[in-house]
Amino acid sequence: MTVPGIETEALRPHAEDAFADELKALAAADDRPRPARWKLSPWAVATYLLGGTLPDGTVITPKYVGPRRVVEVAVTTLATDRALLLLGVPGTAKTWVSEHLAAAVSGDSTLLVQLSLIHRQGWDYARLLAHGPGREALVPSPVMRAMAQGMTARVEELTRIPADVQDTLITVLSEKTLPIPELGQEVQAVRGFNLIATANDRDRGVNELSSALRRRFNTVVLPLPATAEDEVDIVARRVDQLGRSLDLPVAQDGDSEIRRVVTVFRELRDGVTADGRTKLKSPSGTLSTAEAISVVTGGLALAAHFGDGVLRAGDVAAGILGAVVRDPAADRVVWQEYLETVVRERDGWKDFYRACREVSA
Amino acid sequence: MSGSVALLGVRHHGPGSARAVGAALEQLRPAVVLIEGPPEADALVHHAADEDMRPPVALLAHVAGDPARAAFWPFAEFSPEWVAIRWALAHEVPVRFIDLPAAHALALTPEGQDEPGAGHDPLAVLAGAAGHDDPETWWEDVVEHRRGGDALAPFEAIGEAMGELRSGLGARAGESSRDAVREAYMRLQVRAARKEFGDAVAVVCGAWHVPALAAVRTVTADRQLLKGLPKVKAELSWVPWTHRRLARHSGYGAGVPSPGWYGHLFRAPDRPIERWMTAVARMLREEGLPVSSAHVIEAVRLADTLAAMRGRPLAGLGETTDAIRAVMCDGSDVPLALVRDRLVIGDVLGEVPAAAPASPLQRDLARLQRSLRLKPEAAVKEVDFDLRKDMDADRSRMLHRLRLLDVPWGEPARSRAGLGTFREAWRLCWEPELSVRLAEAGVWGTTVEAAAGARAESLAREAGALADVTALAERCLLAGLADALPVVMRALADLAALDSDVGHLARALPALVRSVRYGDVRRTDTAALAEVAAGLAERVFVGLPAACAGLDADAAAEMRARVDAVHRAVALLADVNADAGGDGMGERWAGVLKALAERDGLPGGIRGRAARLLLDDGRLDEERAARLMGLVLSPGTPPAEAAAWIEGFVGSGSAGGMLLVHDERLLGLVDAWLTGVPADAFTDVLPLLRRTFSGFEPGVRRTLGEAGDDGDGGDDGHARDRRNGGMRMTTSTDSDTTERLRRWRLVLGREGGEGGDGTGAVLGGADAAMDRTLEAVSYTYKRQFPRRASPAGWGTSGRTFRHPSFR
Repeated sequence: MTVPGIETEALRPHAEDAFADELKALAAADDRPRPARWKLSPWAVATYLLGGTLPDGTVITPKYVGPRRVVEVAVTTLATDRALLLLGVPGTAKTWVSEHLAAAVSGDSTLLVQLSLIHRQGWDYARLLAHGPGREALVPSPVMRAMAQGMTARVEELTRIPADVQDTLITVLSEKTLPIPELGQEVQAVRGFNLIATANDRDRGVNELSSALRRRFNTVVLPLPATAEDEVDIVARRVDQLGRSLDLPVAQDGDSEIRRVVTVFRELRDGVTADGRTKLKSPSGTLSTAEAISVVTGGLALAAHFGDGVLRAGDVAAGILGAVVRDPAADRVVWQEYLETVVRERDGWKDFYRACREVSA
Repeated sequence: MSGSVALLGVRHHGPGSARAVGAALEQLRPAVVLIEGPPEADALVHHAADEDMRPPVALLAHVAGDPARAAFWPFAEFSPEWVAIRWALAHEVPVRFIDLPAAHALALTPEGQDEPGAGHDPLAVLAGAAGHDDPETWWEDVVEHRRGGDALAPFEAIGEAMGELRSGLGARAGESSRDAVREAYMRLQVRAARKEFGDAVAVVCGAWHVPALAAVRTVTADRQLLKGLPKVKAELSWVPWTHRRLARHSGYGAGVPSPGWYGHLFRAPDRPIERWMTAVARMLREEGLPVSSAHVIEAVRLADTLAAMRGRPLAGLGETTDAIRAVMCDGSDVPLALVRDRLVIGDVLGEVPAAAPASPLQRDLARLQRSLRLKPEAAVKEVDFDLRKDMDADRSRMLHRLRLLDVPWGEPARSRAGLGTFREAWRLCWEPELSVRLAEAGVWGTTVEAAAGARAESLAREAGALADVTALAERCLLAGLADALPVVMRALADLAALDSDVGHLARALPALVRSVRYGDVRRTDTAALAEVAAGLAERVFVGLPAACAGLDADAAAEMRARVDAVHRAVALLADVNADAGGDGMGERWAGVLKALAERDGLPGGIRGRAARLLLDDGRLDEERAARLMGLVLSPGTPPAEAAAWIEGFVGSGSAGGMLLVHDERLLGLVDAWLTGVPADAFTDVLPLLRRTFSGFEPGVRRTLGEAGDDGDGGDDGHARDRRNGGMRMTTSTDSDTTERLRRWRLVLGREGGEGGDGTGAVLGGADAAMDRTLEAVSYTYKRQFPRRASPAGWGTSGRTFRHPSFR
């Protein structure tokens, strides 16, 4: 889940450039069989994502910190020539994983399809007018290029793509051909072509995947951070980065409040208290790590501009309320139950309880 | 190996070991098979060949007369020991159990169970040495997935590995004395078998013991170890077992995480992964998930490739599960949980033939029947218990426990000797099929109490509705199963947390609080119960105001009854919790009532009731109550709402009437409203008001009527002199007065004799007819429900009882 080793800069290098050395070292050390047109063997791809130390002493940094199984299933899926669908709530590093997978497998993470442009290749109008329709006048789309060269194409936010465009993917994935009706031709995929899609599994409503399309993917769900420690770590680091770029004064003693926000989010999300003793209702919202980050950032701004510069319960209470109570009727009950049955009894949470009561009233 | 005795070291409940043992026995064709297990079972082993014996089953040894002290040896169809037993019985080769006799084992273990071969996890060490983090995986790779070749080769390899391991470990950790004794005994038995049968002896035992059995020791040294062992009288029997129980890690579990998967590996003749995926697909399809053959193909491919990437010879449970999740379940763990429950663990229940000796549970019941002097008889017999007597209380508990085990020997009946809480009546009848049910119940435990407790816990875990669990909690209390209560409470708390219907919660609360009180009476520890009840109450507090909105008349009446019930429950609970500081629950409930009383748009009956409950508890001063009443009874409120409010507020008991008698202001408000209601509306709300007011004591009604008569300026001056309420000021003309008296007269009725209403008003023709009808309705109702003043669910709109002639 964590994303180490990358300083956010104005221009972000592609994964294959940022980690070129590691990829090179892996390729050198890798003596296992590689599927056609793969730059590395599946084992080396998994090592690239999960990190490790090579026999020659090169340290591979972990790109994805999470269950080993997730990465292994994802890589194996690509190796069995099946398309891969990465599902997860916002902030679970779906895009990050897909980029690094493409970089490791094909050495190129840039064959990225944007929304409706899946098969819509463009025309080079100068050529089109000069020479008439023909392959030379065609500007190939990323999917077309990936098919022709046996590379890995990537599709972002699959559920946001209109249904009719999704349907064209079915042909690509099952027939492995892309027809070009204007020319009466087609592009046939060569071995090594594959596709990684990402989708948000919380707001399915936008353009639900048809079962025909779904069947052509192996699905891997990227889980939320496994432990509270991991999540606090992610939130704290990200808040720090954001805070610096927004020039917020550094709050003192913010860690305990961050921990509290993460605890509240995790408990409501999992529907059970951290000690595992009491079950809870879950609200309708996602309560993702990304939202926890924005709650804390908002709280910091409040503390800096209207408070005494110290992040306190009152600064995050309103943000939490907003994140939890999405549906005014049902979620409010969920929230109040949580306040009365869990927060009120908890040692050292009195200030938080009072602050929440204040904003909830 | 020692001479030509074949030492077949196995992993208990390993299907690969079981196959290997089967193959080894086929190749060896020994003259006798020795198995790690209690020698007392030699006499029972022939039952294993019975047609009706179906694994999983267990050999259960318990101390005679004390079934709670028991040890068990479970066998699944894929257990190597079971395969060896069946092979020997099929080939008419004698089977001997060679472990330390249960008589000693039970005496050495003061209580609880002892799993053979426990103590070390030798496999974890071996697997670690081979670079596997999971011993199960390692064993699967090295042994379970091994096919073909010499049937004895794997056993030699394992024996050597264990020898290395034990020599390494033995120096450090030392061997447990328990193991040393057991192994000494086994060595002696092996030696005896060699004397009797020659060298064609096969021994099936845990891999851990192989080096010890191969070691050369003197008979004297071994005998020395066995000297002076404590001994008890042990009884053995076969009991049916379940896969779920095999899968459990504690108690009677064998800690086999995936008995269903193991069973599949053992049964599948070839292509285990393909067959498994097909079975999973079929199951998911039956559950309505669209899983096609294409899914199966892709899942198999993914599992095989995953295994290759992880460097394993064959896909194991981990790989198949990952593949099923990614291909068949869209990455979701929800259907996967189903796969785990139905297939990986499996719903298999063993069977034991009727000819096998009685189970400990049967013996325990026989013992109870003797000591409680309650004989099983086929004829129906009714008995009354006086729970204040110890013997009767024990009998009641036993019958309640049996009912929990689905052995309904007794059914609760209506008591003939009266309805005291300490009385309990039962109808007893022992049907022959109950013996069968009792045998089935043997899976739950060895004594009636333990089995009932285990069953209750299992029911609690499976329960889907809140009401089921509250009922279960009550049954546990009746059956005196205090040990099962925490689990039941946990389930209750969980369900309550997830139930979003406040009605369910509010209904469950009073029963639960009753249980708390009842447990108090029976001196059960009810702290956990009270805690859960408190949690439930908090949830009711939070959800109640929202749940009261938008109800129709009937639902509102029902909810009002709930509010009353919760109010009583909270009072009781605050009582019980008083020792724990009370923690302000009463305050919070008062806050909820205040919200109910003051919230516009809630049904009038509920608001009135809430105001009244607050007033009675002294949490609402009369000033404020009068203000609330004034607001509701002002002309802006629809008359039906106002009437419902009055009904909710004064209730139907006499206390409500007294309230009006004593508080001038309140009565004045009612009077002013009653007089001011338009004539049509009055007829509409009359039935409701009549029901409310006619429930008062005659004295109260008379006083109220006299108050209504107040402005008349006529007789009965003594009643008036005490008053200077609002009513007097409302008087103006004669016709107004007459109309007011007429209305009071109709509202109060005249039960208790002519003039019982105290108004002195005489009704005209139409009014008299209406009055008679109302009286008839009220009379019928009171005959039907002599104890209850007002029925829950009687519509507050009066719609149900509006007579056509009223119009």
